[in-house]
Amino acid sequence: MTKKQKNVLCRIIIAAALMTALPFVPAEGWTRFVLYLIPYFVIGYDILRKAALGIVHGKVFDENFLMAVATVGAMLLGLYRETRGLEGEFAEGVAVMLFYQIGELFQSVAVGRSRKNITALMDIRPDYANLEDADGALKQVDPDDVETGSVIVVRPGEKIPIDGVVVEGSSSLNTSALTGESVPRQVEAGQEVVSGCVNLTGLLKIRTTKEFGESTVSKILDLVENSSMKKARAENFITKFARYYTPAVCGSALALAVLPPVWNLLLGNPAGFSTWLIRALTFLVISCPCALVISIPLSFFGGIGGASACGILVKGSNYLEALAKTRYVVFDKTGTLTKGVFQVTEIHPSHGFLEKEENREDGGAGEKERDRENAAKKLLEYAACAESYSSHPISKSLKEAYGKEIPSGSAANVEEIGGYGVRAVVGGKAVAAGNRRLMEKLGLAWEEPKMAGTVVHVAVEGEYAGYILISDVVKEQAAEAVRALKAVGVKRTVMLTGDSEKAALQAAEALGLDQVESELLPADKVEAVERLLAGKGAGEQLVFVGDGINDAPVLSRADIGVAMGALGSDAAIEAADIVLMDDNPMKLALAMRISKKCLRIVYENIVFALTVKAACLVLGAVGIANMWVAIFADVGVMVLAVLNAIRCLKVNGKRCSAI
Amino acid sequence: MKKTYRIEVDCANCALKMEEAARKVDGVADALVSFMTQKMKVEFAEGADQGSVMAAVRKACKKVESDCEVYLD
Repeated sequence: MTKKQKNVLCRIIIAAALMTALPFVPAEGWTRFVLYLIPYFVIGYDILRKAALGIVHGKVFDENFLMAVATVGAMLLGLYRETRGLEGEFAEGVAVMLFYQIGELFQSVAVGRSRKNITALMDIRPDYANLEDADGALKQVDPDDVETGSVIVVRPGEKIPIDGVVVEGSSSLNTSALTGESVPRQVEAGQEVVSGCVNLTGLLKIRTTKEFGESTVSKILDLVENSSMKKARAENFITKFARYYTPAVCGSALALAVLPPVWNLLLGNPAGFSTWLIRALTFLVISCPCALVISIPLSFFGGIGGASACGILVKGSNYLEALAKTRYVVFDKTGTLTKGVFQVTEIHPSHGFLEKEENREDGGAGEKERDRENAAKKLLEYAACAESYSSHPISKSLKEAYGKEIPSGSAANVEEIGGYGVRAVVGGKAVAAGNRRLMEKLGLAWEEPKMAGTVVHVAVEGEYAGYILISDVVKEQAAEAVRALKAVGVKRTVMLTGDSEKAALQAAEALGLDQVESELLPADKVEAVERLLAGKGAGEQLVFVGDGINDAPVLSRADIGVAMGALGSDAAIEAADIVLMDDNPMKLALAMRISKKCLRIVYENIVFALTVKAACLVLGAVGIANMWVAIFADVGVMVLAVLNAIRCLKVNGKRCSAI
Repeated sequence: MKKTYRIEVDCANCALKMEEAARKVDGVADALVSFMTQKMKVEFAEGADQGSVMAAVRKACKKVESDCEVYLD
């Protein structure tokens, strides 16, 4: 509790004690009034002061004013009866103030707690960095004071404070604070590391490449902190609502206090001023808009906090709100649905090559499968060796698939033919590896693969030996992700790609996508998204998911731009509205589920608070509800709404790493 | 020119009132108050003197919500 809260608690206790004691004091008339004024002022002086200040500043209609009018009214009414020789009811006025303060205190503590919980969840801010002295001693400094290029030491259990490159040591890192992923990541000397990860096992020395303020951890914190400033429509609605609501309620209360008695007088009945005044005051207490005003931003903030614990950064409540209404999801292919790394996916030795290899091996008949495997290995070896001098990505994929170290002298007389391929002598045999134009040039017949991708045809000793297919690999979770999106209400999934139609259709079929547009240039992608935007219904949202590196224009054109695999990529974090820190496409469906839950809670709160208030207002106006009901309608509803809002923090009751 | 200031405010509605009040101050192009993070982000108008503008913002906020605080450091 803060000092202010403790102070209020003291006043509540004193006032409550006085209230318990006062009924036993034998006093009448003015004395009794003055005695009750003591707890009244103890508990309510600040409300009265604020109400007075509000009137002075011309801002009358706020909750302080409501409370002041209600309680002062009740006190004066008591005095009126007391001076007439009747027994006045002072306790009610003081009690209203007392319970209002208890409610306020509870709210302030509850909100403060949940705010702290949420910020703690997002608190990945490192407190210090270790700099090494000339004599090897470690010195803790503020991360802000570390210059770019200095070497910092991160011990096991510490957070990496600043982005950099490992210069010494190896370790595994826990990235869960950034990605929500619990599998540790291995790092060794020469690798880049991002701030915010926790060093688990070994001592690391890191040369910083950025200042603290430019590091991933600072950027993410900035982003999340600013996210609550972009307000959702529901929040703006409440702001507007409160602006008209309070004056309207005050007006109604005034009418309730004045009109029925006047009407009674006109009809010649007793006026009943005091009855209607009490009803008007009850009405005022019920009407406080706090429950709504507090619970809605809290819900959104909780949702954003819960999402960020799962490695989903939402840049504003408005995006979290819009995400629930997503009906169209447009994917970029490379790096989003596929891994974006090219791998050897098929090795196809030709018939002739197979026969030759079989003869050579003299393998037992019937072991065709093993022969085929051996032939494939041989084919890959020829191609990998022939291409070993090339720095082309294809050569890299071949080498990776081959897996073994290629001795530097394994290919001789290497001749690169631009636009065709390579010719070389490998193990005493003339090998040619390249595209079909190379085969044409050599006058050889080649086979066409069934699958899409980049093809390397290989010829050995002037005879066609087969082809090796290199293609992008679809992510393991991609098909499941598409299904999960459908399950949370997405109508149409679309893939945009610059790849060939064949490759695009093949991937789309494997993933169960609804629509594919292939062979697109970056500008065509924007056009494609615009066509989809024009075709969607009102209130439906279109999400574009990309890797955030070369699709910034599309990201900004879509209703919601989502960048994936953004850990360590500043450009992606800047460009997108929602950032998925790791590259698991399942996270998008998870984000939608979080958004839906959050929105459901927001609507629950709006409906619940307004219903209870409306019911109590009506009951208050006709005199059924008394001050105690009024207090529940104000404080009770607010507390329930706040407790409900806090549920947003939890993602489906589970920790997100379990999903 | 944008700058973020730490604030102290008790209720969400008061934060909204502070935001409105800050926006009306001369020299403030835009102001955003986050009740959740207890921060106020102020975008200054071209050529405005930050010190005096912020003093005015603080005064305006105090006027609408006497319990609030804006830390100017």
